[in-house]
Amino acid sequence: MKAARLLVSALRDPATVAGLSADDWTMLLTAARAERLIGTLAYRLDMRAVPPAVARILADAREGAVEERRAALWEAEMARRALAPLGLPLVLLKGTAFAAAGLDAGQGRSIGDLDILVPRAAIDEAERALRAAGWEPIKEDAYDDAYYRRWMHELPPLIHRDRDRMIDVHHTILPPTARPTPDAAALLADAVPLGDGGLAMLSPADIVVHAAAHLFADGDLAGGLRNLWDIDRLLREQDDPAYWVTLRERARRHQLSTEVARAVRLSASLYGTPISPDWRGANPLDPLYRRRLLVRDGWGRQGRSFTRLGFYVRSHWLRMPPLMLAGHLWTKATKKG
Amino acid sequence: MRHEIALRVGPVGFRIGSDWGGPIAAVRQLYAGYPAPDGGVPDMTVRLYAERPWRRFVRPSVAISGDFWLPDAAPLPLAQGLLAAEMGMNLQVALGWRRHLLLHCSAVERDGRVLLMSGASGSGKSTLATLLAMRGWRFLGDEFAFVALEDGRIHPFPRASSLKNEAVAAVQMAGGMVGPVLAGTPKGTIGYWRPPVDAIARMAEAAPPALLLFPRFGRPEQVERLAASETFMLLTQASTNYVALGEAGFAALTRLVQGVPSLAVDYPDGEAGLRLVETLWGGL
Repeated sequence: MKAARLLVSALRDPATVAGLSADDWTMLLTAARAERLIGTLAYRLDMRAVPPAVARILADAREGAVEERRAALWEAEMARRALAPLGLPLVLLKGTAFAAAGLDAGQGRSIGDLDILVPRAAIDEAERALRAAGWEPIKEDAYDDAYYRRWMHELPPLIHRDRDRMIDVHHTILPPTARPTPDAAALLADAVPLGDGGLAMLSPADIVVHAAAHLFADGDLAGGLRNLWDIDRLLREQDDPAYWVTLRERARRHQLSTEVARAVRLSASLYGTPISPDWRGANPLDPLYRRRLLVRDGWGRQGRSFTRLGFYVRSHWLRMPPLMLAGHLWTKATKKG
Repeated sequence: MRHEIALRVGPVGFRIGSDWGGPIAAVRQLYAGYPAPDGGVPDMTVRLYAERPWRRFVRPSVAISGDFWLPDAAPLPLAQGLLAAEMGMNLQVALGWRRHLLLHCSAVERDGRVLLMSGASGSGKSTLATLLAMRGWRFLGDEFAFVALEDGRIHPFPRASSLKNEAVAAVQMAGGMVGPVLAGTPKGTIGYWRPPVDAIARMAEAAPPALLLFPRFGRPEQVERLAASETFMLLTQASTNYVALGEAGFAALTRLVQGVPSLAVDYPDGEAGLRLVETLWGGL
């Protein structure tokens, strides 16, 4: 799709926006918004090199990202205070971690929910502490609630009653029903402190493993361009050749070698990430993934419904063994009729 | 999308796309004479679409979406496509605009100063603004007041006034042209009143606020002065982007409530409302 391609090339090489027509800009900005990459785009582009109408829109996106970042860091601090009595380091995941650590991946990034990782053994205690501090469950439904608790890698989402912000409390990074079983204890053991405030993030290798798991092992690749952009930025910040060895080891340890390798290859092919030569190579399925990632059109809609349906079915298949999936879909289909 | 239109209202450039021609034709007619978005790049996109391909033809119903996430707005019948477009434009502005502090207010201007009227749906703020505009006030808008973050001035957003139920007849009785009128919408009967040519021509001209009213229609006449602190709280609830703007929103709202007198105004009918407004304005 042309809009998605315009977006990828504008992010990859900001010089490519020179000479875009008003209609191209409209498509590009709409696609960037839909992919939640407009704040990132606003940081990448030189405001002096874009038409004034575009500069105004990008300036808004930039301010929006600054405000989102402020709110996300505040939310992390609120969670830290609520969980402090447990005596655990609070491991931040995804956008909030990038922002708190000042990583390139956090530049202009849209940050929605707060995602944190706690040891499985402490999850009940963590939930109690959060509920005492004003977070409340949003799922009223007993089946959904039980489903989350039994089969998911996180608590049912909680939302703060005053601040209206959501927190996802994970005990690992993939559903236990998925085939790969990441080593959650290792994720926690190697987490890196962020300053001395009691916050932490995953190790530089694990953070890419998590991003790749999120992108390719969990879900249908919706929002994939942003997740892949995270991976591009995270990889570019590593300049030690030993990093690639560690990354391979960690990917294997978390049973996510295929996903990490695919993330690295696609990041290089779409965003031009410089990667270690032994990570290059071609996979016959890569073009299908590229096709899925580039579905966004100039109206912000997702095209290619057949490709998307395939990835949607795949996402359920990945998350659950077939019989369990059948039972789950049956319950979902019959209980609300 | 198959059909589209781009236009500018005040500072906001819109692009509306639709699976059907009808809603776009209705928008084109209501917004005849409005300019194109600045530089040809709209700020916001609204999409009117069929949830399933066959719903373009079979019992067609118009679903609304856009750049910014919408809470589940129920689809509307195709005959109400114009309302769908209007709701889409409103929601996009409410959720995504950040160049001004947005207040859910109607606004009219006289002698270079702006009268703001805030209140819930049914309070009469649209009707009063429309009736005042028919008596020589400049119409700045019936839905949102755009408060400039740097100097607190009010920027016009003169879309067609959307009049509900009895307001349609009230404006018609006062000699106003209302149309099109949509009956049986989720909000009852809605009629659109097109702003005067002058209001559209001067939609880039901002002016400072001078008075803020909280009107309530259908009650015995009463005027009560509100403390700045109370007005502040009321307006945080009447603002769609106060939280998203952070400190800039706080500063703009503080300046507004400190600089402008604010009154709660009850009035029994339109005539009494207009008389009250003129009296209060004269006493400034």
